[in-house]
Amino acid sequence: MPTGGPIRIVVCIKQVPKAQELQVDPKTQTLKRVGVPSEINPPDANALEFALRIKDDMPAEIVVLSMGPTSFDESLERAIAMGADRAVLLTDRILGGSDTVPTAHALSETIAKIGGYDLILCGEETTDASTGHVGPGIAGHLAIPQVTYISEMRIVDGKVRARRTAEDGSEWWETAMPCLLTVNFGCNRPREPTLSGKIRVKRGGVIVHWSCADVGIDPNKVGLRNSPTIVAKVDTVHLPPRARKLFQGEAREVVAQLLKALVEDGVIAP
Amino acid sequence: MAERFDAVVVGAGPAGSAAALALAKEKFSVLLVERGRTAGSKNMFGGRVYAWPLFDLLPEWQKDCPVERFVTRESLAFLSGDASLSVQFENPASTSGRAASFTALRPKFDEWLAKKAEAAGATLITGIKVDELLREGGKVRGVVAGPDKIAANVVVLAEGAMGPLAQKAGLLPELAPKAVSVGVKETVELPAATIQERFALGEKEGAAVVYAGDASMGLRGGGFLYTNKASVSLGLVVSSEDLARKKVEVQEVMERFRLHPSIQRLLKGGKVGEYSAHLVPELGLGMRAKYIADGVLLAGDAAGFLINNGYTFRGVDLAIASGIAAARAAVDARARGDFSAAGLASYDRHLRALNVLTDLERFRSTGGYLKNERLFSLYPKLLLGITEKVYTVDGSGKERISDVVLQEMKGKAPLFKMLKDFLDAARSM
Repeated sequence: MPTGGPIRIVVCIKQVPKAQELQVDPKTQTLKRVGVPSEINPPDANALEFALRIKDDMPAEIVVLSMGPTSFDESLERAIAMGADRAVLLTDRILGGSDTVPTAHALSETIAKIGGYDLILCGEETTDASTGHVGPGIAGHLAIPQVTYISEMRIVDGKVRARRTAEDGSEWWETAMPCLLTVNFGCNRPREPTLSGKIRVKRGGVIVHWSCADVGIDPNKVGLRNSPTIVAKVDTVHLPPRARKLFQGEAREVVAQLLKALVEDGVIAP
Repeated sequence: MAERFDAVVVGAGPAGSAAALALAKEKFSVLLVERGRTAGSKNMFGGRVYAWPLFDLLPEWQKDCPVERFVTRESLAFLSGDASLSVQFENPASTSGRAASFTALRPKFDEWLAKKAEAAGATLITGIKVDELLREGGKVRGVVAGPDKIAANVVVLAEGAMGPLAQKAGLLPELAPKAVSVGVKETVELPAATIQERFALGEKEGAAVVYAGDASMGLRGGGFLYTNKASVSLGLVVSSEDLARKKVEVQEVMERFRLHPSIQRLLKGGKVGEYSAHLVPELGLGMRAKYIADGVLLAGDAAGFLINNGYTFRGVDLAIASGIAAARAAVDARARGDFSAAGLASYDRHLRALNVLTDLERFRSTGGYLKNERLFSLYPKLLLGITEKVYTVDGSGKERISDVVLQEMKGKAPLFKMLKDFLDAARSM
């Protein structure tokens, strides 16, 4: 529970290939990540927008955190240009191949090192892996309350109130801070980068790179070797060919033929 | 106020980047703002740069400037029907020195120049649109972009032909159709070897062709062709007034131009890689009301610094030169501690010293002769008709050239009118 001063919000983001540009490597059957246009994982951008809205209303410091190769700086820079104060990139070769278990562990260790956090915001899941494990995993490691799949939130009297999307409707939850929320995709409209934000990025000094050693992460708990997930097989779905009928002739006749065929196939009522 | 710079430059085209670079060299803190994702991504031009102002701005420019080809051959071609008549000037030595000119691709060239400004110390920000000028008591004091106000002693508006901020600030009248032409261009990809063979060029040599007559379907305007390394830029600049009056679409004119046999021969087998269109300020100096005001200078296309005299199209060199002049004026203003219009007044003198204003004034009347429609329809036809007769030997009896000329001219227009047009043109050129 914060005692005066600005609250500290940590927003976890991942850089993902742009959804419209997804390409699967035909050989390895994995997502192409190099040389494809990338973006902030869209639900993470929604999480960042909630953090920025809090900062619009009260004194707050926003720290953006990511884990991945240094090419992720692109998204961290965008987050700062949107209004975040600083960013931490956990980057280390030994993290390569980590699934959600070591990722949640490494990120929680890094958040502990950042320290002094009041609120942690994550996207509900990533568009490239769609597990939704990492946010809850971090909350578990840090032993703090969590509310998942939220679409609305506010801070009232030092507590967080959040609307959680449930199977058929929604629930309002209230929790003390520090806590972790995972944010629904599309529940708000992330703002555009600003000129002053971009100037801050250009001036530099807003992103730090930490290795596992910097944070004190045990190499035996991360990486491919320490990831319990086994990808047995990936298949690309091929849609069956669609039935095609071609009608030719005078427009009126063709329309009549088409209507008749649609009725016969049960697509429309006679 | 969050940020403060000595100077803010709006637009990272040649004018803006040149101004930012020159200002940074003079130890101004400079913010260079570009709305495109990268410098040059939203810019378009015919394809040729006259190099001279680069010698002043960046003496070492030839080291890494993304030159496509140095122009070693100039042609002026008249098209009529399927025929063409061209005049050529060959100068293989014109690849260095102040008289050099080269073809370039804007995304590469503009980014190169913007990076030079950045390397000199300017803060280059892309992907941000400046919404308006920050004003205080009628004076410009900076810029406003989204939620941000950025203060500056001087703002250089190098925002291009449309000049939205300059218009808002009342420095530029709203664009009337007669004040602008429409430029369209396609870039046709061809292997470098093919280009060298077809145009009879060396590896680094390039050709520039200006087309008149049927190129623009008789509308006021003209065509151009420039060879890049592995592509050819083909385009047209046509009076938007004529397009509207004759109810012709610019694509239609472009299509006709492209299909002319003399063009087809050059582009055969090529693939259109890019199609772009842009407004071109047409009336030059006359149209632009004010390029100096309290705390603000206009440079490049925004100020109407563009020359089209019928045989050369100049924009980028004047843009760069005006950027340099703007920086010099800002240096003078700083020395006097006065960034008002009076403090910045030396812009005019610096523009003159670089021959920007002098050249613009000299060719101001060009607008007049280029407004004459006969120049784009009747005369090219006449010229081609005469040439065809002179060179045709079919056994039907040969006339002397003087007879052919008189015969062709008969009934096309009153003789005195043609004589006057000829004198007007000669004087304007």
